[in-house]
Amino acid sequence: MTQSQHEAIAAPSMVVERQRRAKQRRTLFYLALIAVGLVAPFLAYPVFLMKILCFALFACAFNLLLGYAGLLSFGHAAFLASGGYVTGYLLASYPGLTPELGIIAGTLSATLLGVLFGVLSIRRQGIYFAMVTLALAQLMFFVYIQAPFTGGEDGLHGVPRGELLGFINLSNNMAMYYFVFAIFLFGFALIQRTVNSPFGQVLKAIRENEPRAVSLGYNVDAYKLLAFVLSAAIAGLAGSTKTVVFQLASLTDAHWHMSGEVILMTLLGGVGTLLGPVMGASLVVSLQHLLAQSPLGNWVSVILGIIFVVCVLSFRSGIVGELAKMYRKNFK
Amino acid sequence: MCADDVQKAPVLETRGLTKEFRGFTAVDDVNLQVQEGHIHALIGPNGAGKTTVFNLLTKFLSPTRGEILYRGKSITSMKSNEIARLGLVRSFQISAVFAHMTALENVRVALQRPLGTSFHFWKSESSLDHLNDRAMALLEEVGLGEYADTLTVEMPYGRKRALEVATTLALDPTMMLLDEPTQGMGAEDVDRIVALIKRVSKGRTVLMVEHNLSVVSRLCDRITVLARGAVLAEGDYDNVSRNPLVREAYMGSDAAEEDGTGKEGAAV
Repeated sequence: MTQSQHEAIAAPSMVVERQRRAKQRRTLFYLALIAVGLVAPFLAYPVFLMKILCFALFACAFNLLLGYAGLLSFGHAAFLASGGYVTGYLLASYPGLTPELGIIAGTLSATLLGVLFGVLSIRRQGIYFAMVTLALAQLMFFVYIQAPFTGGEDGLHGVPRGELLGFINLSNNMAMYYFVFAIFLFGFALIQRTVNSPFGQVLKAIRENEPRAVSLGYNVDAYKLLAFVLSAAIAGLAGSTKTVVFQLASLTDAHWHMSGEVILMTLLGGVGTLLGPVMGASLVVSLQHLLAQSPLGNWVSVILGIIFVVCVLSFRSGIVGELAKMYRKNFK
Repeated sequence: MCADDVQKAPVLETRGLTKEFRGFTAVDDVNLQVQEGHIHALIGPNGAGKTTVFNLLTKFLSPTRGEILYRGKSITSMKSNEIARLGLVRSFQISAVFAHMTALENVRVALQRPLGTSFHFWKSESSLDHLNDRAMALLEEVGLGEYADTLTVEMPYGRKRALEVATTLALDPTMMLLDEPTQGMGAEDVDRIVALIKRVSKGRTVLMVEHNLSVVSRLCDRITVLARGAVLAEGDYDNVSRNPLVREAYMGSDAAEEDGTGKEGAAV
């Protein structure tokens, strides 16, 4: 073997070694976070934590699309709501149905809706894509007002939590929490894997330079569509889970406010970072919770709006994005 | 050389290629023939329609009229990514790299396509690690070995263009279409890219848009001059540079630019 060949092989092995160490650190960090998640319900109200987890998952799904495929959807509420309504309707109408099956059905329906929306919108770019998704989501909003199975303006109430796998009673908040936590971990891991997969590499390439990805022979629309469907599926999973937790599905989830809120959460926490949406969702949900109980209750939207403006103006890559920058600057 | 080459079937051919934008004809009835193994230059003053021709050939734009043939088969109705899969790979005027990926990842994205796992979102990225050696070899070939682990956004401009060539080579194209590969470069980088193009063009066909005539004279076997969307002249460098029509079209527009590069003066 010649000298240059030696070098050619030595250099990537060094890269691999560095990557391996970074991976180790990351694994430890995630294990610590999981530990926090496991003890959290002993320190805080589980229902509140479950709300955070559901919205965090929703925001993660949204971030998969915006942060890793560069597509700004303004209609993600439709997937959250569809998952929620289908799960709620099935669990309320068929008492024998276990909650996990209800959640799977809700997720599937959101996935199908994702295929439909995706096929119709994916060819448009930028603001046009956002507008098409918004229009489609508004369409779904009116469907959900009119459709007989959604309860219209009232929504679906008293959805039974049921028994997980037929023997774990979910009316116990602790049991419910760990079930939601497991679902969240599954969704998060799926996104983490998607981002760090051969598919994720192509997605990143498309986000960075779409014409170049085309010139390398990639059919970019197909990749975007898959990202869109995955994102819709996970958003549906979040909605389904949320319905089981709160035992209700309502129009709030289908409203375009919800599509806006998830953008806010994601940008606040850090778009294009895995943990950003989790951070953003925790922050927004906590603020809403705290403000609703304080005398400033009527000012929730205004205060969130101000925070949003300050965030976008002063730290563009979001909380987690800025922290990651700081970490890179100081510890590498 | 001319008589022989012209009779051979061309690799890439256009027949009556025309592109109109709302009444404005950007490309007007262009008949282009690129011979196998040639480095073929497309030159012409600003606004002559060179880049539009490129975009038509790779279907980034659809022609209003005319036909594009690759190895005798029509590719006029194919999509851009399908044309790339035939082995006809283009570069862009502004360096087209994936900025927030490392140099190695840039090349690997091109290498991974034939694996057929590019839709596998459940697979680990480490399933691509076996491509690293080949990616590294390609980086070495264009002199970028030391940049393997560098984020592309942090690389100097000339190196980005070299990386682009490495990424293109990863697809092992039969034909490369280079859109102004030396644009915006200093003299040193230009020399490096010229040497690189010469080296990688072995066994391949190259069609390039180029403004820098010294580069054209050093590299190209055949030159087509476009002006106002139509073919003005065609031939080897000496023939074309003596053509009075070409001189007229170029006066004033590119003479200044030639002085800027300071190489061999304004040869046209």
